[in-house]
Amino acid sequence: MAALHTVNKSPFERNSLESCLRLAAKGSSVLLFEDGVIGAMKNTKHSDAVANAMSDVSFYVLGPDIKARGLNDSNVIDGITVIDYDGFVDLTTEHHTVQSWL
Amino acid sequence: MKFGIVINEGPYTHQASDSALQFVKSALAKGHEIYRVFFYHDGVNNGTDLGVPPQDDRNLPNEWSELAEKHGLDLVVCVAAAQRRGMLDEDESKRNGKTSNNLIKGFRISGLGQLIEAGIQADRLVTFGD
Amino acid sequence: MSEEGIVKKFCYMNRKAPYGTIYALESLEVVLIAAAFDQDISLVFADDGVYQLTKNQDTNGIGMKNFSKTYSALGDYDIKKIYVEKESLDERGLTADDLQALVYEDEDDDWAEKNSLFVVDRAELSSIIDSQDIVLSF
Repeated sequence: MAALHTVNKSPFERNSLESCLRLAAKGSSVLLFEDGVIGAMKNTKHSDAVANAMSDVSFYVLGPDIKARGLNDSNVIDGITVIDYDGFVDLTTEHHTVQSWL
Repeated sequence: MKFGIVINEGPYTHQASDSALQFVKSALAKGHEIYRVFFYHDGVNNGTDLGVPPQDDRNLPNEWSELAEKHGLDLVVCVAAAQRRGMLDEDESKRNGKTSNNLIKGFRISGLGQLIEAGIQADRLVTFGD
Repeated sequence: MSEEGIVKKFCYMNRKAPYGTIYALESLEVVLIAAAFDQDISLVFADDGVYQLTKNQDTNGIGMKNFSKTYSALGDYDIKKIYVEKESLDERGLTADDLQALVYEDEDDDWAEKNSLFVVDRAELSSIIDSQDIVLSF
């Protein structure tokens, strides 16, 4: 089983997404939640980095955190799966470990 | 599956405690077991009995306390982090010569070994922080 | 204090500079306790976490306790896998010479003093992290 990495900060505020993407092993998954959902948005300065990483890792984003910030699923970069908290729990069970990029 | 949860930030300033609460509720609803919730760094402040948030806002310490009662959760506040930040139960308060205590019902104070033990015993350890 | 013989690979990931926030100090406190549990421990220092290991820290001017000497005691706690990401050092204009020398005494080799700090590159660190059972981030 692969690792699940969680990123809860905006790439405009912290380097946690960048660090996660440079160190996450190929085949692992990345969940963007809290302010981390900003990293899942289309047409930002960081969108290309996320889109390019998709060949190595699978991306998920927490829907409730998107909605809370006045954004919606249509703003999400193609290829990122939108999930809810039940999906978050399922993701943790489907991966061997969960690493939070705090 | 057995989950250990770590919360590293206090209520309100960061979303960590809210996110953890949603995660734990979902996990319980799906039939998973929460082996322990461990509060570290400023996360110990989630155990305060003295918060008085506005009536239309959530009361996070109360929510944790009620969830613990309902599901028999083990909510552990790190003693070293708690002492630094002025979170004391009755025993800790007496032992340190203080006149009051502020740990809400449903939480207990214990050592960092409880975090390591949760890591060993739980199938997954999920951390919420800044 | 082994838990029914279960041994997991625990990794302590440090990505923040010391003193500006408490994470570095409280991470160290976890590691010192964790050492008593007979688990397989690795420490990782990446991003600004590399500043936790610099030599010559002097906190006299900021009124805070200098806890940097504690890192050199980690060997006494049988912690002998301390990894520093090379690229994080490079990006910050630092080299291994700017860091404390960290060692442990090898009981299987007549207590010979051995290096416990390893500067590893990105690819190597990535596979070290991926092999862990538990990664605790500070």
